[in-house]
Amino acid sequence: MSPPADDIAGKESVPFVAAAGASGAMPAADVLHGKLAAGIPLRQLVILASIVVAAVVPFVFKSFVTFQLTQVMVYALAILGLNLLTGFNGQFSLGHSAFYGIGAYTAAIMMHRWDIDYFWTLPASGAVCFAIGFLFGLPALRLQGLYLALATFALAIALPQILKFGPLEHWTGGVQGIAIDKPDPPFGLPIDADQWLYYITLIVLLVLFGVARNLAHSRTGRAIMAIRDHPIAAASMGVNTALYKTLTFGVSALYTGIAGALGAMVAMFVAPDSFSFLLSVSFLVGLIIGGIGSIPGCLVGGVFVLYVPNIAEDISRGLAGAVYGIILLIVIFVMPSGAAGFVRLASAYLARRWRPPPAPRSTRP
Amino acid sequence: MKRMTRRTILAAAPAALTLAAIPARAQKKYGPGVTDTEIKVGNTGPYSGPASSYSPVPKSIVAWCKMVNDQGGVNGRKINLLSYDDAYTPPKTVEQIRKLVEQDEVLCTVGTLGTPTNSAIWQYMNQKKVPQLFVATGATKWDDPKGHPWTIGWQPNYQSEGRIYAAYIMKEKPDGKVGVLYQNDDFGKDYLKGLKDGLGEKKSMIAIEASYETTDPTVDSQIVDMKAKGIDVFVNTAIPKFAAQAIRKAAEIEWKPLHVLSSIGASVGATLKPAGFENCKGLISDFYLKDPSDPQWKDDAGFKEWSAFMDKYLPDGDKLDAGYVAGACLAAMGVQVLKQCGDELTRENVMKQAANIHDFTVPMLLPGIKCNTSAADFAPVKQVQMARFTGDRWELFGPLITGAVT
Amino acid sequence: MELLLHQVMAGLATGGIYACMALAVVMIYQAIDHLNFAQGEMAMFSTFIAWQVMQWGQPYWVAFLAAVVLSFLGGLAIERVLFKPIHNAPVLSSLVAFIALFSILNSLAGYTWDYTIKSFPTPFGHKPLLGGLADTHEAGMIGVTLGMLALLYLFFRGTRLGLAMRAAAANPDSARLVGIRVGWMTALGWGMAASIGAVAGMLIAPVVFLEPNMMLGVLLYGFAGAVLGGLTSPGGAVLGGFAVGVIENVAGTFIPYVGRELKLTIALILIVAVLMVRPSGLFGRSVVSRV
Repeated sequence: MSPPADDIAGKESVPFVAAAGASGAMPAADVLHGKLAAGIPLRQLVILASIVVAAVVPFVFKSFVTFQLTQVMVYALAILGLNLLTGFNGQFSLGHSAFYGIGAYTAAIMMHRWDIDYFWTLPASGAVCFAIGFLFGLPALRLQGLYLALATFALAIALPQILKFGPLEHWTGGVQGIAIDKPDPPFGLPIDADQWLYYITLIVLLVLFGVARNLAHSRTGRAIMAIRDHPIAAASMGVNTALYKTLTFGVSALYTGIAGALGAMVAMFVAPDSFSFLLSVSFLVGLIIGGIGSIPGCLVGGVFVLYVPNIAEDISRGLAGAVYGIILLIVIFVMPSGAAGFVRLASAYLARRWRPPPAPRSTRP
Repeated sequence: MKRMTRRTILAAAPAALTLAAIPARAQKKYGPGVTDTEIKVGNTGPYSGPASSYSPVPKSIVAWCKMVNDQGGVNGRKINLLSYDDAYTPPKTVEQIRKLVEQDEVLCTVGTLGTPTNSAIWQYMNQKKVPQLFVATGATKWDDPKGHPWTIGWQPNYQSEGRIYAAYIMKEKPDGKVGVLYQNDDFGKDYLKGLKDGLGEKKSMIAIEASYETTDPTVDSQIVDMKAKGIDVFVNTAIPKFAAQAIRKAAEIEWKPLHVLSSIGASVGATLKPAGFENCKGLISDFYLKDPSDPQWKDDAGFKEWSAFMDKYLPDGDKLDAGYVAGACLAAMGVQVLKQCGDELTRENVMKQAANIHDFTVPMLLPGIKCNTSAADFAPVKQVQMARFTGDRWELFGPLITGAVT
Repeated sequence: MELLLHQVMAGLATGGIYACMALAVVMIYQAIDHLNFAQGEMAMFSTFIAWQVMQWGQPYWVAFLAAVVLSFLGGLAIERVLFKPIHNAPVLSSLVAFIALFSILNSLAGYTWDYTIKSFPTPFGHKPLLGGLADTHEAGMIGVTLGMLALLYLFFRGTRLGLAMRAAAANPDSARLVGIRVGWMTALGWGMAASIGAVAGMLIAPVVFLEPNMMLGVLLYGFAGAVLGGLTSPGGAVLGGFAVGVIENVAGTFIPYVGRELKLTIALILIVAVLMVRPSGLFGRSVVSRV
């Protein structure tokens, strides 16, 4: 399967694109070109406004909505993990449900069996998944496209089997799974556990999204994307492809693992069959709908993965799957490059309509 | 204010006694989801996904409630049953149940289906103190009034069934070599435990424990393996698809062990017909529900009631599929509990009434089997009867056996 | 030793199913350069069509033919309607289209024919062969698979149309330059793959029982087999399918303790190990691209 060569990193920048807060993974030189008349970057404004809205949400809506939005953020984080590997680095993975599951189980075992505070489960899950991802990335170096897909698919299938495996039952709870409690708010803050978990997830999301964005705009990010677009050229330019590819695998797994840990706390329950191969497929769908290589797109992906199946069920319970499929088709026809691509095209169109083209100057860095 | 003379007291006495005898009718106490005209109840089940062959269960629960509403409802109130699809995935169940409890604000849930799915919401329902009534799974753990007072099962649990099979095997083939086919998850391992516990010291009779996953295409190789290793007692606890494969493969390779089929796989419509009736001769199973294909129930009042229900409310439903029977029974149990609550429709009272069932039957239970619960006993149906397949129908034999695990 | 033989034979029997599916997978991969996630569901849907035709009183061969022809047309239609509009989109977007197709077909089948398993007849019967080690249907299935493989080989190597299809898949631009109508070649490839899938489905259903979810497991194993054999080699895919069946069975029986519960994991680990040594599969050719 050839890498998505026509994606953002290869495109020239369009002045208003960054302003609309579209793809977060653009070559560093083209960022932040768009400014409002007042001189405040529109992009920053949008982000700030979103954070404020997000912070207020738990107090406006019922706890069920808070719960759903927390789940959306968890999925968005998991999809970002997959995005780092597939979107930025071109390594196709069907196995991220395994990293999600490993993260979830690490958190559950730490909280339930060893009574460790929830706070430490996040870095622990991240570390465990980074190690496994990195180790997996080593043999994966030899594989391309669909062959890599199979290898990652093997991982996705293996995890539930290993979790159900008899001798490990003492830790994993076997087929019964493990039930855990949601973390309690600290210092007796006047919020409930759902809201506290929402805020934890929001903070982790913002931090990790920020790190990802910085990574994408750094030298490392450019190297990673170069490997995706043209591995041979990248190697000729002195990029240590092997190192970057395995590191990306590790980081990607880390992100999805932390998402898994948070997900375990949201659901209050982990069981082997919650982390099947179909979850990997959901992440992939979310990634593509959101826009490959787009960091904000992951949020769109998360929203899609959670809400669209519900919408489909509301429309027709008997044919929920068919409705879901039709929605997928409509979305992909209208937005072949995902939501991020759509926003990019729309803002380019708007830019042409509302602003006269600037005086001719070279836009190439 | 009239003075309380002896006369007024005596005059008021009968009225007071009547009031005291039926306190429920006088006081109306409503929990979430209840109004004078409606009771909101929740349910989740596999309408899609790998376990969708069980979708008849939630479908028949929904239809039964519709029938009850057409007949006037429960104590004058209509049941508004909200049933959502969880595709048999525990995280989805958590989401749908939270929706039912927090957004739809239902009074209780009835007949939520699946062992891993109910396990996922077990803690939540008990923490939120929402009655999780008559879960559609036979896992033994639901009978736990002390630890989980808000959850109650219904059908005879898998470990009890496993022990009953063990007792039967020890009686019929005490020197046999046993092979077990089980699904590699919660309910499969529950059956296996029951069987092992039932065999006790003779546990070594089990020579092969063959598991399968729901994503496996066939179990043919497990069957071949068992024949090759000389198994002569085969305990088949698989779900209909794999049970049917096992039955047919055994017939193909001309392997004729003592074949014990669990109640999960014993449905005539779902398992035996596709497997081929001629291959099913001699199968042994245990029943607590009437088998719709059995002609002996033709004139039975309970069967006729269920059959009429199917004709009117689920005309496209396969009458041979035991899922429609199970769902109808679970719904009938839920309706009975709500009825027993009278006008005190709070979650606490619902649970109290669920633990207060005495000798109650639903139309499709085998004659003689009664539901009983108490504050210490959360297993409504405990009895089963053995049956043998004659080649065209299940023939019940022996007495009603009471499951040993509570 | 006898046990080994039994397990190998049983493995070949289930392997036959995987081989059939793997062939369909590689077929479509060769035609459209994508892995069709919905291949299994298409096969399942075609089988249901055949079943329905038989329910309406027609004999097996009429139903078989109807299913194959309708699948061919269906595959053609799916390509023209669903995939042509997005073939300029990023490669992964078509993945969403496949998943959508999967979801639609699965749901539609469940709604129309419900989820109870149905028995599907086979023209080969189910009589035992070789003293119970195999049966007539399994032998028939292997025979048909090999027959299809042979026909495909002859088609692609020996006919002009086959050559045109290979050209269109390998290098669409150059193919257009020599006058090949690439769009219709792709559609034809889809149609053929759908028909092969239909045949696969009708061979597999008698073993696993017909129901909307029957193909998911088979597709995954078929995929594994195809990759093991090499996605550029139909013959390799068939061998890969058989190999997966045998490995899984033998691992399950003979690796002590672990084998029983983890047999699929072990099978996949072995496949990945093979891929380490031969990254394009056992018989695949690595595609050399010019820089």
